[in-house]
Amino acid sequence: MSDKNSQGPVWEVFTQKKSGQAFQHAGSLHAFDREMALENARDLYTRRDKPFGLWVVPASAIVAVSSEDSEAFFDPSDDKTYRHPTFYDIPEEVKNL
Amino acid sequence: MTIELQEKLQDFQTYIDAEEKIEPGDWMPDDYRAHNVRQISQHAHSEVIGMQPEGNWITRAPSLRAKKILLAKIQDEGGHGLYLYSAAETLGISRDELIEQLHEGKAKYSSVFNYPTLNWADIGAIGWLVDGAAVTNQLSLRRTSYGPYARAMFRICNEESFHQRQGYEIMMKMANGTPEQREMAQDALNRWWWPALMMFGPHDNQSQRTHKGMMWKIKRASNDELRQRFIDKTVPQAEFLGLTIPDPDLRWNPDTNQYDTGEINWDEFHQVISGNGPCNRERMDHHKKVHEEGAWVREAAAAFAAKKQAQQN
Repeated sequence: MSDKNSQGPVWEVFTQKKSGQAFQHAGSLHAFDREMALENARDLYTRRDKPFGLWVVPASAIVAVSSEDSEAFFDPSDDKTYRHPTFYDIPEEVKNL
Repeated sequence: MTIELQEKLQDFQTYIDAEEKIEPGDWMPDDYRAHNVRQISQHAHSEVIGMQPEGNWITRAPSLRAKKILLAKIQDEGGHGLYLYSAAETLGISRDELIEQLHEGKAKYSSVFNYPTLNWADIGAIGWLVDGAAVTNQLSLRRTSYGPYARAMFRICNEESFHQRQGYEIMMKMANGTPEQREMAQDALNRWWWPALMMFGPHDNQSQRTHKGMMWKIKRASNDELRQRFIDKTVPQAEFLGLTIPDPDLRWNPDTNQYDTGEINWDEFHQVISGNGPCNRERMDHHKKVHEEGAWVREAAAAFAAKKQAQQN
């Protein structure tokens, strides 16, 4: 596939619905610079339901774990049951714990 | 095929069968990638070319309200094209290549947009029938196996519901208006009904790609299933308007619990997809013209970005 690109680099867009909420990936777009990326993101991904916050990130800056590697990569988080509160037996008469 | 590839294909199918989504960086069969590029880009081109028949009526909308609504709808269609181009690009094809394929006739767009919009009732019929058919397909595609495509479908379906309603509102106004308006509404239904049914593509037994598309869960319902779904929900809507569906063979079948219909004119369908519809040439010439006229904007934006970059360094 050719390297010809007349559309500018790809940016990933994240929107925040309300103040304090987590940002969520909305999609991607083309833009030549940061300002244009923000304006295009506003026009493309926020035509309704006015959000509170907006991020644009060069797509080339995203580092991802592939689905193939996902299981092995995240494996260590699954085998430590003592990280969950239900692991511990606390007598019923002890309150607020 | 090597044993290693066979195993990979097997794992891929198991993953798909478990309703997991495929993401851009994942291994996928070349055919799966090609099938998605073809389907998503065809979908994107349809959204963008679909702006033309409706754009024809912006300056002649009958009221400011109607004009504002039509502008918002067409802007949405452009936006939907962009969501879909982005989804296709995650498969490794560039925007420039996608547009080139459209201009060279290698990529198709929905045949329905090669019909002309002759009067204002056509804007109603497009919203009601063409968007209605499109959304029937798109609702099903929210469950497609390629993650970026599925996410674009959710976003698009959320926005599409107003399109169909605004179209039906126009039809209601005209069907309940003067005898001339009523006649225009019926005429628009007569001209758009069959092209809308053709949007679902050939019958399942004629469709070459249905098998793999369904196996890989790119398509989640067959052409005929989706077409039937659309017919069954649209016929009562036409009855409410007091308009007649232009199909003498259309009747309710109590045994199957669905409508039986006459046969689609497949010769017309093949003529239109192979370039001989009423507006094929006009649609493509217009897209090329606008793309070429916009070249200086892209070049200027690239030059400006490079200049600012140089100043920062």
